[in-house]
Amino acid sequence: MPKGQMEGIVEITPWQKVKLARMPQRPTGLDYIERIFEDFIELHGDRYYGDDHAIVSGVAFLGKQPVTVIAQQKGRTTKENIARNFSMPHPEGYRKALRLMKQAEKFHRPIICFIDTPGAYCGLGAEERGQGEAIASNLAQMMLLKTPIISIVISEGGSGGALALGVADKVYMLEHAVYSILSPEGFATILYKDSSRAEEAAQDMKLTAQDLKQFGIIDGIIAEPQGGAHNDLQKMALDIKEIIETDLQQLIQLPMDTLLEDRYQKYRKI
Amino acid sequence: MNKNPFKAKKYATAKFNRVSIAEDPLQKEEERPNVPQGIMTKCPKCGKVIYTKLLLKNFKMCDECGTHFKVSAYERIIMLLDEGEIIEYDKQLTTKNPLDFPGYSDKLIKLQTQTGLVDGLVTGKGQIEGFPVMLAVMDPAFLMGSMGTAIGEKLTRTFERAMKECLPVIIFTASGGARMQEGIFSLMQMAKVSAAVAKHSEAGLLYITVLTDPTTGGVTASFAMLGDIILAEPGALIGFAGPRVIEQTIGQKLPHGFQRAEFLFEHGFVDKIVPRNHMKHTLGTLLRMHGDEYKL
Repeated sequence: MPKGQMEGIVEITPWQKVKLARMPQRPTGLDYIERIFEDFIELHGDRYYGDDHAIVSGVAFLGKQPVTVIAQQKGRTTKENIARNFSMPHPEGYRKALRLMKQAEKFHRPIICFIDTPGAYCGLGAEERGQGEAIASNLAQMMLLKTPIISIVISEGGSGGALALGVADKVYMLEHAVYSILSPEGFATILYKDSSRAEEAAQDMKLTAQDLKQFGIIDGIIAEPQGGAHNDLQKMALDIKEIIETDLQQLIQLPMDTLLEDRYQKYRKI
Repeated sequence: MNKNPFKAKKYATAKFNRVSIAEDPLQKEEERPNVPQGIMTKCPKCGKVIYTKLLLKNFKMCDECGTHFKVSAYERIIMLLDEGEIIEYDKQLTTKNPLDFPGYSDKLIKLQTQTGLVDGLVTGKGQIEGFPVMLAVMDPAFLMGSMGTAIGEKLTRTFERAMKECLPVIIFTASGGARMQEGIFSLMQMAKVSAAVAKHSEAGLLYITVLTDPTTGGVTASFAMLGDIILAEPGALIGFAGPRVIEQTIGQKLPHGFQRAEFLFEHGFVDKIVPRNHMKHTLGTLLRMHGDEYKL
């Protein structure tokens, strides 16, 4: 599936990938939603507490197929990022996502998730409203959803906050995306007692798409245009679309028991 | 609860001496020279000096202020299971250092020697007040009870066994979260164990979690918060992010009592706070209520 692993860019170090994934020019969830789907209608709120702007979600057409789309959303500018809380969701974001996933199950719509977060937000309100419970519920419930799920890590997949949208039948990463247990800075602080050793941490953590594919943790890598996704957003979006369409065609045909058992086994064997 | 579990002969076995009070980190404070090693234990909260033997009889709770001392997994099992007996599973299951993380393999061996544990979790089958149950107890002495592939696998097998035997599962959590040294593999254990919980739940079986000090990170964000019934020990630290991380993020001190069991109880995330000396009977009663004979 990773058509033409670009030779010229193989030299990129894990730390450079982390930086690339965090670049302000890096395409965001909404950039892809706009280009991959039609008639996207954003649906808001978790029905318990509020609407989390760090997660964009709604319904749309993928060609002729209605789908539910859920994306963690970074901003381009500081102002946008503050509004989006730097794509660090609160519990209500995860609960909104779960609400829409259950809705997708009810109406037999496939679910497409775009993962792009440094991690779930760490703050007073997040703890008070049960960040742990929100993430845990998503992990358990996504495993049982009777509809196909595809998750794509488009830039940063940080910790449980990323995994909460990442329990899926197919998990992909863009070629220069990273997916890890914690940010390299946090990891360095904990294990090396020195946050400035993040570069070394990025190396040791094995967080690149290539590492995760080799470990068998993700299903595939989606190649990026030369120099990164931002250099040709249109092509990047089309390539993602093609993979989603191909996979959905297969997943939709599977008997529900097989789909769910395969999903269980996918994580069971790790 | 009438029987005193500490009169059981088992307590004197060597396994226990390895994690004896003498090595309790609580004791490594400056007070230590004043107290004869192991005979007396000082309460870290109220300062009361307690006969260690008495402390053990009292479920490792301070008889003055009720502070719950940390207990090892095997101590917990003795306090909880009938006759203190467990049929232990996967005792030797260990991790293979999946990231090939520098120094990790050596660290594991050192910890295994120090603690007498293979990893930070004991799983098995036993009875509580006559009711059979699959039990998993985390041990914070082993790398903060952090969850890597070994713990994830043992927990998953616990649920799978419970499904086969139609048994309830009780888990005592005590963990700093996912184990950093196993990186993405640790993260994926959250999904794996949660999946097993979900299946066990779909089979209509009971799952109780007991949150003990500390329960944080990836453990809170997965199986700890998925119990049909969630109990907690008084004063236990329970949260997603650790208090220091939150303080750094928001740049202010956290309010008193933040992320303690009582705080979670108040916010609706814990069903009941149960002091350790009432734990066995509470669990026994819950198990009795969920017995097959009552199913409509």
